[in-house]
Amino acid sequence: MSTTVVEPWAEEPLLRYVAQSGARLVVVMTPSGQVLAQHGFARAVDLMAAAALGAAIMAASGALAQQLGERAFGALFHAGQRHGIHLAPCATPRGPLVVLTVFGKETSIGLVELFHEEFAAALHRAAPAEAVRAPVLAADFEADLNRSLTSLFRR
Amino acid sequence: MSDALQQSLDRLARVRGMRGSMWVAAEDGLTVAQLLMEGVRGKAVAALAASLARKVSGTAGAVGAGTVRFVQMETASGTLLVAPAPPDLLIVALADPQVNIGLARLEMLRAVRAVAR
Repeated sequence: MSTTVVEPWAEEPLLRYVAQSGARLVVVMTPSGQVLAQHGFARAVDLMAAAALGAAIMAASGALAQQLGERAFGALFHAGQRHGIHLAPCATPRGPLVVLTVFGKETSIGLVELFHEEFAAALHRAAPAEAVRAPVLAADFEADLNRSLTSLFRR
Repeated sequence: MSDALQQSLDRLARVRGMRGSMWVAAEDGLTVAQLLMEGVRGKAVAALAASLARKVSGTAGAVGAGTVRFVQMETASGTLLVAPAPPDLLIVALADPQVNIGLARLEMLRAVRAVAR
């Protein structure tokens, strides 16, 4: 299984998280769905779809939390027949991130939750402070996306 | 049901040398009920004990040893005891090395039988 990163500081924590939790797929992304690191995806289209859907779920659940007067929800867990999905936010000096984890029957939600906490702490320690960002322009979007895909899949 | 689970943990806590005990969802590794001394990381114990139980059961199955009824793991600083309560639960106990294992085991298997009823 391949692990690839756009931002090198995320690699070591990600490798440890995958080894400890037994996760099959992991995506570390920004709340807008920009992928920083991934494990287990073979095709860019699958990764981008997972990131976009994960970011959308986080945004939707965040909006629902606000409707209910909550500041935010914590982790989301979906138990499927063959796979479980764990989706959780992670605060870092670089800004808020989202971690999507897909796991099978060889591990458990208890282990994933346990090691996600350590992963979030490791990302927090490893992440550099957020650089001042230029506004996201539509003209730059495709170039940024292509750059990320090239980093992640070495195309 | 939750009262019965908590009562069984209360009984187990009376065993001298017991640091904590918990009912754990066997498949998920999440805590269902717990009674722990301060400083015991319940979430970690639940997740790792469930993983251990799954692996031991898999090993027992692979060697044709049948169903696992009790797991005892001794370390230099303590003892971990696990008893499956089919179909969904495990009872897990953490104890000092000097704990009366026989008594702890008796209480755990009694708790398993009580929950199965």
